[in-house]
Amino acid sequence: MGSMVGALRPSERAALRQLARNELPRLYALARRLGGVDPEDLVQESLLRACRSFSSLRDLQAGPKWLTTILTNTWRDWLRKDLREPDEVPVEEDGPFSLYHIIEEEDPFPYSDTLHVDVLGAFSEHDVREVLHRVPPRYRVALVLRYIEGYSATEVAEMLERPPGTVMSQLHRARQRFEREMWSYAGESGLLAGATAGERPGRGQVSS
Amino acid sequence: MTPPVGCDEAVRRLWEFLDGGLDERDHRRVEEHLAWCLRCCGEVAFARELRGLLRTRTGITLPDEARNRMERFIDELGEETEERSCP
Repeated sequence: MGSMVGALRPSERAALRQLARNELPRLYALARRLGGVDPEDLVQESLLRACRSFSSLRDLQAGPKWLTTILTNTWRDWLRKDLREPDEVPVEEDGPFSLYHIIEEEDPFPYSDTLHVDVLGAFSEHDVREVLHRVPPRYRVALVLRYIEGYSATEVAEMLERPPGTVMSQLHRARQRFEREMWSYAGESGLLAGATAGERPGRGQVSS
Repeated sequence: MTPPVGCDEAVRRLWEFLDGGLDERDHRRVEEHLAWCLRCCGEVAFARELRGLLRTRTGITLPDEARNRMERFIDELGEETEERSCP
């Protein structure tokens, strides 16, 4: 099918290109954080979709959020199968988990006066990104949009076309999973020297 | 008279509390709990740190080569071309 991209007026084309240029670093970062696909391909396909639906953008000020929604939906279309797959961790094991409590109990830095802050400080940018990508895609998307991109829970619900209550519950599970994966990753990668908890039988060392 | 919130419930609803996602009554109940529970105050401070970590330690820089390729793509965006397919 031929595209509708040629239908844009020159002024619209210029406005879209300017918007795309301005938002490029953020869209690329968002694509990398969502993960699971080639980020450049995702950005380009999203921009093509944006081009085709440019007439639906009434206010250029809303352009960044509009592009975020398009990119997120394109990513969801591409990952549709993965988004439906059940978690590796069964629901009953995915119950309440408090990283705060487990740090206190395991006390990986016994001489520290700022134990919890020190544990978080052990995670580099690379480590945090690795942990984020261990969170299943359908939870990761909520974490990324809410806590990294900074949209409100209501806005995330609009972007994902889900009821706000569903998104709140998705966010709750996402946070729990993120905390659980942080602890697991710390144990497996030896991030907290001397920490033994977090190791799961059958999982090997993670080289980083 | 609303029943007091215990530590379990306060911790479970902490991020929602920080997100402003609780209704007024539940928000107040968690707030009342935090007014006297030192342990849960520690949880709140930690949850704030964790949110900060997500925001500040997931930085990604756009590599120059990728930028150049995508800018070339943008330069042609809106020209009359055939639709490109998804990979």
